[in-house]
Amino acid sequence: MRLLVIEDDRDAADYLVKAFREVGHVADAATDGDDGLAMALGGQYDVLIVDRMLPKLDGLAVIGALRAKGMETPALILSALGQVDDRVKGLRAGGDDYLPKPYSFSELLARVEVLARRRGGRSEETMLRVGDLKLDRLSHQVHRGEEEISLQPREFRLLEYLMQHAGQVVTRTMLLENVWDYHFDPQTNVIDVHISRLRSKIDKGFSQPLLHTIRGAGYMIRDGAR
Amino acid sequence: MTALGKLFRTTTFKLTLVYLTVFALFAAFLLGYFALNTRRLITEQITDTVNAEITGLSEQYRLAGIRRLVAVVDARARRPGSSLYLVTTFAGESLAGNVTSLPPGTLDNPGWTETAYRRLDESDTADHPEHRALARVFQLPGGFRLLVGRDLDERDRLYKIVLSAGRWSIAIVIVLGLAGGLFVTRRVLRRVDAMTETTRTIMQGDLGGRLPVAGTGDELDRLGENLNLMLERIEALMRGLKEVSDNIAHDLKTPITRLRNRAEQALRSAKDETEYRAALESTIEESDGLIRTFNALLMIARAESGQARENMSEFDAAEIVHDVGELYEALAEEKGITLKVEADAPVPLRGNRELISQALANLIDNSIKYTEPLRNAGNGEPAKIVVRALSEGDRIMLTVADTGPGIPEADRARAVERFVRLEQSRSQPGSGLGLSLASAVARLHGGELTLADNHPGLKSVIALPRGGPVQIAG
Repeated sequence: MRLLVIEDDRDAADYLVKAFREVGHVADAATDGDDGLAMALGGQYDVLIVDRMLPKLDGLAVIGALRAKGMETPALILSALGQVDDRVKGLRAGGDDYLPKPYSFSELLARVEVLARRRGGRSEETMLRVGDLKLDRLSHQVHRGEEEISLQPREFRLLEYLMQHAGQVVTRTMLLENVWDYHFDPQTNVIDVHISRLRSKIDKGFSQPLLHTIRGAGYMIRDGAR
Repeated sequence: MTALGKLFRTTTFKLTLVYLTVFALFAAFLLGYFALNTRRLITEQITDTVNAEITGLSEQYRLAGIRRLVAVVDARARRPGSSLYLVTTFAGESLAGNVTSLPPGTLDNPGWTETAYRRLDESDTADHPEHRALARVFQLPGGFRLLVGRDLDERDRLYKIVLSAGRWSIAIVIVLGLAGGLFVTRRVLRRVDAMTETTRTIMQGDLGGRLPVAGTGDELDRLGENLNLMLERIEALMRGLKEVSDNIAHDLKTPITRLRNRAEQALRSAKDETEYRAALESTIEESDGLIRTFNALLMIARAESGQARENMSEFDAAEIVHDVGELYEALAEEKGITLKVEADAPVPLRGNRELISQALANLIDNSIKYTEPLRNAGNGEPAKIVVRALSEGDRIMLTVADTGPGIPEADRARAVERFVRLEQSRSQPGSGLGLSLASAVARLHGGELTLADNHPGLKSVIALPRGGPVQIAG
């Protein structure tokens, strides 16, 4: 995956480039808005990581200029402004995701990978499959093998989100944002409890667990047999 | 600027001058109009009388000839009064009357004339000055001339009286007006000076100062009262700011110190990679906690400054109660607590959806944290948390009631303050900002957070006005 980091703090940019390379991605860095825009227009990047406040050209303006030229490269906005309305402003300006500073690298990585995957064509399939787990988005039925599993509506959405991103790390914050539509910090880890409930429904009694906890990052649903 | 100069430059004094000019002009116009009209009326009266007498006398002449006319005029001329009569031949020879020393040629032109004259019974000396009269000369058939007139002294005297009354009254208007204006101006100026003095001391940093209010309920009082309210709000905000910085200093420095100590300890005594790793992991954990506290503080500051008011929308509070309740229900169940949501009817509300959800989440989180699974070991009654959304008149009540230990009445007010963690809760994780944030959110919406006894347990109530925050009206 080719990534472009547009961030004026050289230390932070270097850290990100190094960290992305360590996990096997190709990453470049630009330190102001003008350079960033030029590089984004020229290079074939999969995801852009854009700081909100940049010298010369503001981060939102960079994304706006790209979108105006028809470039649909997914962009994740990094910002010290973490309030809900700042977030809404960022997404409205053409950003695809918004992460307030300070962030953990695992959170950033998980979100960037989800964005890169989305680019390859968002799956609008009506049937999601992971191993022998099947989720029918139309009839709202879930089967593991031949056995039907009954889920609460929220559990269904949680599983749906996890299965849409099968094989990818999904963080607790991403779940809270996408399944519950909350953008605040619920203090206690309420998400963990919901995951363990879901796990007991889909994995209990089966030899091959599908829902995995990724330590220090989040969760992933994956066919362990492969 | 001298005191007098200052007085003359005030708005009140300038207004006084404007009014004074207007009133003086009005008085002058009124009296002038009166004087002129009086004069005209008297003149009209004179001409009417004179015309009537001439008609009467010429009738006498026509009926009985010149002798009769002379006799009648003689009789009338002898009566005291201001009437003037004169009958002459065509040559100007006087036949009868009480007038003499008319200017030459007066009798040659029939018609109205205003002329100087002397009465016949007055001697031709300097101590009897000439009078003025309004007279009419009438040509009788046969060459005789008849003059009938009235003395004008009375009319002129009246005119003069009115004019002098006018001058006096204008002078009095000006003197009284100026005096009144100066008096009022000085009074107003004194109060404005007192206000200015107070604002100066406030600007120098004494935020406790308040503007003087006379208690008369006039416009200066109203201004003073409103400014005082503004000062109170500013003082409260400044106090809040100071509290925040004090609390940040205190409650953020503690975990930062801990963080630093741990890193130092690891550098000094860690022996292998596992220990270093453990130290680094706990450092990250600690810094996450710090960020969390910091975010909560920012959120509270934002809610308190009223910035989040822009993001208000209409939504159903019952739905939020269900959503948040559902989010925490699993957590409660895991701890052995029943969480029940009672909100069946829609409860429409205007507000910031995200903030209200967060406030509610904080209250539920608190309740779960402090409630023990079995309320009391004796009867084994299960612990319960009930979340409700109700409409009460024009207020919306979002309540979270638990069967936990509750908060003693004396501590309830304090518990809502920032960073306050009551003694029994020190062992629990958390920033101590949950209730403060809920309270700040309630206040942002023009409502309040109250803590009450749930017999047993704690009942937290967020009471909000249905239509969102009301703007403060003047």
